[in-house]
Amino acid sequence: MLNYTFHWRPALNALPDMLGGALVSLQIAVLSMVIGVVFAVFLALGRQSNNKLFYGFSTGWVELARNTPALFQVYMTYFGLGSFGIQLDSYVALLAGIAFNNAGYLAETFRGGLRAIPHTQTRAARSLGMSAPQAFRLIVLPQMFRIVFYPMTNQMVWALLMTSLGVTVGLNTDLTGVTQDLNVRTFRTFEYFAIAAIIYYLLAKFITLSSRLFAWRLFRY
Amino acid sequence: MHGSGHGSKSGGVKMIELKDVRKSFGSLEVLKGVSLTVQKGEVLSVIGGSGSGKSTMLMCINGLEPIQGGQILVDGIDVHARGTDLNKLRQKIGIVFQQWNAFPHLTVLENVMLAPRKVLGKSKREAEEIAVKQLTHVGLGEKLKVYPSKLSGGQQQRMAIARALAMSPDYMLFDEVTSALDPQLVGEVLDTLKMLSEEGMTMILVTHEIRFARDVSDRVAFFHKGLIHEIGAPEQVIGNPQKPETIDFLKSVL
Repeated sequence: MLNYTFHWRPALNALPDMLGGALVSLQIAVLSMVIGVVFAVFLALGRQSNNKLFYGFSTGWVELARNTPALFQVYMTYFGLGSFGIQLDSYVALLAGIAFNNAGYLAETFRGGLRAIPHTQTRAARSLGMSAPQAFRLIVLPQMFRIVFYPMTNQMVWALLMTSLGVTVGLNTDLTGVTQDLNVRTFRTFEYFAIAAIIYYLLAKFITLSSRLFAWRLFRY
Repeated sequence: MHGSGHGSKSGGVKMIELKDVRKSFGSLEVLKGVSLTVQKGEVLSVIGGSGSGKSTMLMCINGLEPIQGGQILVDGIDVHARGTDLNKLRQKIGIVFQQWNAFPHLTVLENVMLAPRKVLGKSKREAEEIAVKQLTHVGLGEKLKVYPSKLSGGQQQRMAIARALAMSPDYMLFDEVTSALDPQLVGEVLDTLKMLSEEGMTMILVTHEIRFARDVSDRVAFFHKGLIHEIGAPEQVIGNPQKPETIDFLKSVL
């Protein structure tokens, strides 16, 4: 029945290339998180804003990001924008797509986090003469980040795994892209993708563990 | 805070003035025309039942709550006028709340340093100097590097007092600052308040500690249903009240 012979040696020889790809994947994940977090703060504020336009824009973004496939979102930043004459590079399109997704999910997490901080904190800050933006930035945000830290870690892992969608928009420098190139050249599908899976797994674990360490260092209170 | 602000200050009036102040939450009117003057250097205690509007009045004085009628002047500046820089005004009015509202993510020292640095623009060294001085003053010199969660309620409340004092305010408002404390911790906070009054700080003290109010105040105001029913020297308002509402209230708490 089984007439597939495993060839691990050539697959292992490609390991340095794959690790190089893993680094690109990690880079996209990190960048998409940084961008996503910044936008998510604004979207979270927009979701509780009385300004109809701001609220509508934020709600639309969050709804789209959370209720459509991530693949669709990446397609939109590449082919979708492409049909309007805005042709993003594969790397940028993937980054934008994942950042869009991150922002949508994190916005809701942040909104919950913001609600958990008593209004009296802002009041105390304002009573000391801080402006509203100062009170938000210096008192509310730092406390929110502690509350949402673990959900953020999840999103970071999810972002890393989403980078594998890059292959659908022609990216061949990330881990999946490199693996796919090796695959079409050799047809050692199982070996290459098994190794890729292990690398993804280890990277995801690395993110979880390092964030735990980070939290322990950061949140001393 | 020198008097060298922008132009239109009306002379040298250093006081808090409330003129027929009205304040509602929805259809509920909590201040029904309150008039009051607190001179610089004076200690005024405000007593009265829960829900009589005492705390709300404090929130209105530094503009944390809007008012619906009347006027509040601090050193001649209309707090609720359009165009009043509230952030600037609040620098001279410190307030301490019933729930002390420590910033939990900052150490005791950082709690007190933050506003001098970010609001007054002091250097890190200056701010630290001020903070250490104020914290030592309220007896927390040993707790600088500790997070508020490691402090008792009384210590957190004293930290909140130091935090307000670090802005070198001209006025201090205290909103039932001992009400949320365990009985054995009340004394240490009252001692701090007494110390401030002896140093000449201008204070409005909303309190349920009637005996304390009698001891430290220059004047006492009795609040009832959104109005001041009696105001005067403590010996008079607490020692020899005239209005039936005041007599009833004092009977219920003393």
